[in-house]
Amino acid sequence: MVIAKIAVNVFKESVRDKVLYNLVFFAVLLMAASYLIGQITAGQDVKIMKDLGLAAAAVFGLFIAVFIGIGLVSKEVERRSIYALLSKPIRREELILGKYAGLVLTLVINVAVMAAALYAVLAYYDATVQGMARERWDAPALDPALLKPIAMILVELMLVTAIALFFSTFSSPILAAVLTFGLYVIGHFNADLRNFEQVVESRTAAWIARTLYYVLPNFAPFDIKSDIVHGRPVSLGYMAWTSGYAVLYITLLLVIAILIFSRRDFK
Amino acid sequence: MSAYTASSRRGFPWLGALVAVMLVFASVTVQVARDRRYPQSQVDDRLLYVRSGEALKRLVLSYDALAADIYWMRAIQHFGGERRSTSTRRYDLLYPLLELTTALDPLFSAAYRFGAIFLSEPFPSGAGRPDLAIRLLQQGIKHDPRWQYFHDVGFIYYWHTGRYSEAADWFQRAAARPGAPYWLTPLAAATLAEGGQRGASRLLWEQLRITSDTEFMRQAAERRLVQLNTLDLIDRIEPYIVRYAEANPYGPLTWERLYAAGVLRGIPLDPTGVPFDLNPWWGTLTVSEKSSLFPMPAEPGPRPPAHP
Repeated sequence: MVIAKIAVNVFKESVRDKVLYNLVFFAVLLMAASYLIGQITAGQDVKIMKDLGLAAAAVFGLFIAVFIGIGLVSKEVERRSIYALLSKPIRREELILGKYAGLVLTLVINVAVMAAALYAVLAYYDATVQGMARERWDAPALDPALLKPIAMILVELMLVTAIALFFSTFSSPILAAVLTFGLYVIGHFNADLRNFEQVVESRTAAWIARTLYYVLPNFAPFDIKSDIVHGRPVSLGYMAWTSGYAVLYITLLLVIAILIFSRRDFK
Repeated sequence: MSAYTASSRRGFPWLGALVAVMLVFASVTVQVARDRRYPQSQVDDRLLYVRSGEALKRLVLSYDALAADIYWMRAIQHFGGERRSTSTRRYDLLYPLLELTTALDPLFSAAYRFGAIFLSEPFPSGAGRPDLAIRLLQQGIKHDPRWQYFHDVGFIYYWHTGRYSEAADWFQRAAARPGAPYWLTPLAAATLAEGGQRGASRLLWEQLRITSDTEFMRQAAERRLVQLNTLDLIDRIEPYIVRYAEANPYGPLTWERLYAAGVLRGIPLDPTGVPFDLNPWWGTLTVSEKSSLFPMPAEPGPRPPAHP
């Protein structure tokens, strides 16, 4: 119950901080793009609208997850409002979990509205396009399968939020942002670490690289945007395994964050 | 609270807004005046900072599809810009741009199919590089062996290189792919039997015109069919002029002379309404460079080099 209250507060704070204004930018971006793209893409408008909508949802979500995530705990410490919070009947783990749940709630609402906006623009396209032109689409404009990459974007953002919150418990906001972005970038190159033995002779180096592959968060599997846009199937089993990995990693990060935060002395 | 109340009492800052609007106008005016006095030098923007698709794929993290779209639009702009250019046309960035597009998004079928058309079209309306067009399509086949790519390779062999046995082979391979249309097998046979003949060419373009799902391809097919009709027209008129030239070898031929001699009833026009060019010594007809049908497809026999 306490966790839910903290979560709602975090969400209200993000609304007060005008975080949801990004939705206006998203809508304007999509509408402007829908007009311009038709002129210069040689009939690839629907593909590009989907690519743009999904990429924009991922980018906006990433910035929200990182820049709000890094301040979730450190801002309370900097403002010294942490003393008032901890003097209330709130356990430290509840504070961490509530903060995390609040930002996830903000992201869910953001992503849901962006998805609705994307579908609205695609519906407009679908209604205006002539019959023959549809034949060149790899997938229908209003493809329900688009919800799959949207869901994976959300799961990926939940993992990024957990990383940002984790760093937020023990470092300054700037350092936390650098470290979170760093892990996000490294997480997309993980496949290279896995195949490191193919480029180095040292078995020790290869072993270290392979260990890092398993230990560092792997973001590449969350990216199913291209497959879905091209009408390729992505099984629910694959999504379940990838989401399962994310849930375990998020739990790990939150447990460590709680451990660190519980031991912090705020005197 | 009191600060908020105080500021809201002040009302909307009209003067500030007016100054801001005036400053915007002033900055635009200064820019316009500067551009008029000092025209910007034509910097060659035909530059690609990254040429490795593999490197670019890493740089853009998980946004490779969007990056592919951006390179695709750049490829179209490059092609369209060069095609419209009144100065020397260079399509030198076309293949690298298409290669980057398809490296970023290996399933981007339009980039392979349209890209192959842009590359294979004879110079100056295209890059005149059927070899690169075939290479691009073969990359597409590696990632997604759909019949359309096999058909397109055969098409380029047929139309742009005149290698009819290779074309027939690729049409046959296309016919064997899942979902291939019924007409590919007879097309392969016709290509092998009468490669380079106008009848086979007409069959090829007619099928493309009927089955194409893009306006661009339909228009291209219709243009080619008009070109084939123009060749038929030349074949009908030319023998009269050549016969007259052989019988009357007294100086250069002109339309006026042919008209006066009763060989023609007027200046023959191509289907777009542009007069044909007359060879004054041999009496042969060619489509004028001013015609939108120029350049015409090469008929069987020695072909000009593909590279401009």
